[in-house]
Amino acid sequence: MTRLLDVENLTLQFDTDEGRITAVDNVSFTLDAGEVMGLVGESGSGKSVTAKSLMKLNASNAVYTPETKITLHLESGPVDIMSLRTSKEMQIVRGAAISMIFQEPMASFAPAISIGDQMVEQLMIHTDMTGKRAKEVSIEMLARVGISDASTRFKQFAFELSGGMRQRAMIAMALSTKPKLLIADEPTTALDVTIQAQVIDLMKDLVDEFGMGIVFITHDLGVIAQTADSVAVMYLGRLVEQGSVRDVIRKPAHPYTRGLLDALPDLDDLESPLTPVAGDIPSPLERPPGCVFNTRCPVNIGETCSTKVPEFSAVTQKHHVACHLRAQEQEAKK
Amino acid sequence: MSNIPLINARDLSVHYPLSGGLIGPKPVVKAVEGVNVDIVKGSFFGLVGESGSGKTTLGRALLRAAPITRGTINYNDGDVEYDLHEVKDAALKDYRTRAQLIFQDPYAALSPRMTVRDIIAEPLEVMGLTKSRAETDERVREIAEKCRLNLEHLRRFPHAFSGGQRQRISIARALVSRPQFVVADESVAALDVSIQADVLNLLKDIQQEMGLTFLFISHDLSVVAHVCDHVAVMYLGRLVETAPTRDLFFNPRHPYTRALLSAIPSLDPDDRGKAQKLEGEIPSPTNPPPGCKFQTRCPNAIDICRRDEPKLEETGKEHNVACHRWKELAEQLEKVGA
Repeated sequence: MTRLLDVENLTLQFDTDEGRITAVDNVSFTLDAGEVMGLVGESGSGKSVTAKSLMKLNASNAVYTPETKITLHLESGPVDIMSLRTSKEMQIVRGAAISMIFQEPMASFAPAISIGDQMVEQLMIHTDMTGKRAKEVSIEMLARVGISDASTRFKQFAFELSGGMRQRAMIAMALSTKPKLLIADEPTTALDVTIQAQVIDLMKDLVDEFGMGIVFITHDLGVIAQTADSVAVMYLGRLVEQGSVRDVIRKPAHPYTRGLLDALPDLDDLESPLTPVAGDIPSPLERPPGCVFNTRCPVNIGETCSTKVPEFSAVTQKHHVACHLRAQEQEAKK
Repeated sequence: MSNIPLINARDLSVHYPLSGGLIGPKPVVKAVEGVNVDIVKGSFFGLVGESGSGKTTLGRALLRAAPITRGTINYNDGDVEYDLHEVKDAALKDYRTRAQLIFQDPYAALSPRMTVRDIIAEPLEVMGLTKSRAETDERVREIAEKCRLNLEHLRRFPHAFSGGQRQRISIARALVSRPQFVVADESVAALDVSIQADVLNLLKDIQQEMGLTFLFISHDLSVVAHVCDHVAVMYLGRLVETAPTRDLFFNPRHPYTRALLSAIPSLDPDDRGKAQKLEGEIPSPTNPPPGCKFQTRCPNAIDICRRDEPKLEETGKEHNVACHRWKELAEQLEKVGA
């Protein structure tokens, strides 16, 4: 597998009236071509801003620390994303090498421009296609994602399509420029289960066909189990666990990951009550010192947890967790 | 739990007129069509279906918050009995204190300019249920405690709270008038899984403590499986299957119910691609197909399905299905299983 993306020490802060808020804290991960990485966490964990950092799409009050390094490996050579300044320079990645699918497809299409015109517009910007060719490619792409009667749909507006159809059109649009990296931010959350199943299938087929890398953001671990190759779990701006989908879901090593899995309703056991993760996620203005999860952690081992930030330790070669208890246990084993 | 239905609806229909159609009869959207449903007092009744299936409209109709076109709804809580289609004026006002709604989005449902105390107290004041401010405060504190809200937070404004806390405030507001019947419309859909479990447990505890009857509307079957004792599945304005929860989940008889269950993403990464996929989307209610409404997506549809609409029939203890071929299909499944 060829390396597509390196994210090193991504730290992102926002300047607000209430002070500087840390949204992402020292996050590092890699992604290969053809790999689907699930990024999981509850609201406020920083998963969306992490993904947007890959295209520097965050609001203008975003501050990246100098240690932050994001490298996208393209055939033409590596691109240092943090060094891109003007929107002209950003065009290489925004919409061309990297595409994004947003959660709410109704809000992401311009309401007064037809679906087709929007698809053609981006192809005209990012490729050297003629208008005629761009139209052909767009219709082809709409048909490819399972939209019947694509040439009619091409002329329609977002409000004329159903939710599932709109999300398909969004995917068609994102993929028509043949991006190397696709960021999907909760692409199925607003959809019904039956339509969600269709969209997941479609995305899997497209990965096989185009071989791009996908960062798949969701809070639904079931969706992750069905789509991702690897998983990164985020909490309050930090990565707490990383590994293959089988390892993380079957043998979760971080108490937060375990909590998320336990909170899911289990269809095979209807009798036992649901177990929530105790407490609420703290406000980013009041990030707890030490391990960010220590205020809600059921296995908190005291002072170490509330003062020292846990380092990543290996559970297996490809499964890493940032937890003091785990580190202590491993130390004891030696 | 007694077996007298708190809500008993027969042939309940809600139609909305469409604009246009100058010639001939005015076109209508049949949002809810010919629904028969009994909700037993003290039950946690689940209503599931995709968007556009009419589940919200049905919930609203039972609250008398949607115009009822046809049919009867009887409400009988032992104290009073109302025919909800006919009820008006003082009786309707009284019904409003007995039936309440919890909304989906706790961010949109709470006024940002009111304190938590005022938000919870508003129903009491509007309905004139308390005589003095002291009595109102007492009722607010009592329900806030039940909903596990910190009493010191009552003076704060909603923006200071997380999603889970806001939903607890919405629940307190719905329950402060001491209703008998509560419709919870997608009340946990906007919450994270970690908090969702907490709110569900709270609803369940309060229901048992106060002896409430819940209509729990959701598109998430695994949530419904956990909290509800009865479930009704809706498709394009019709009920297609109703059953006790265990029966529905372990012995689904309608092809649509089976497809919905199969579409829940499994937590096992090795289950990939095993789900039975439902093609297409729910048809537009302005132009429903003839015969069985599910026939356009049903893998088992035959001629009769395209011609006649199946009625909801009893197929076992409390287990009702609207499918021409349920028996045949059940036998086929048994053979495959055996």
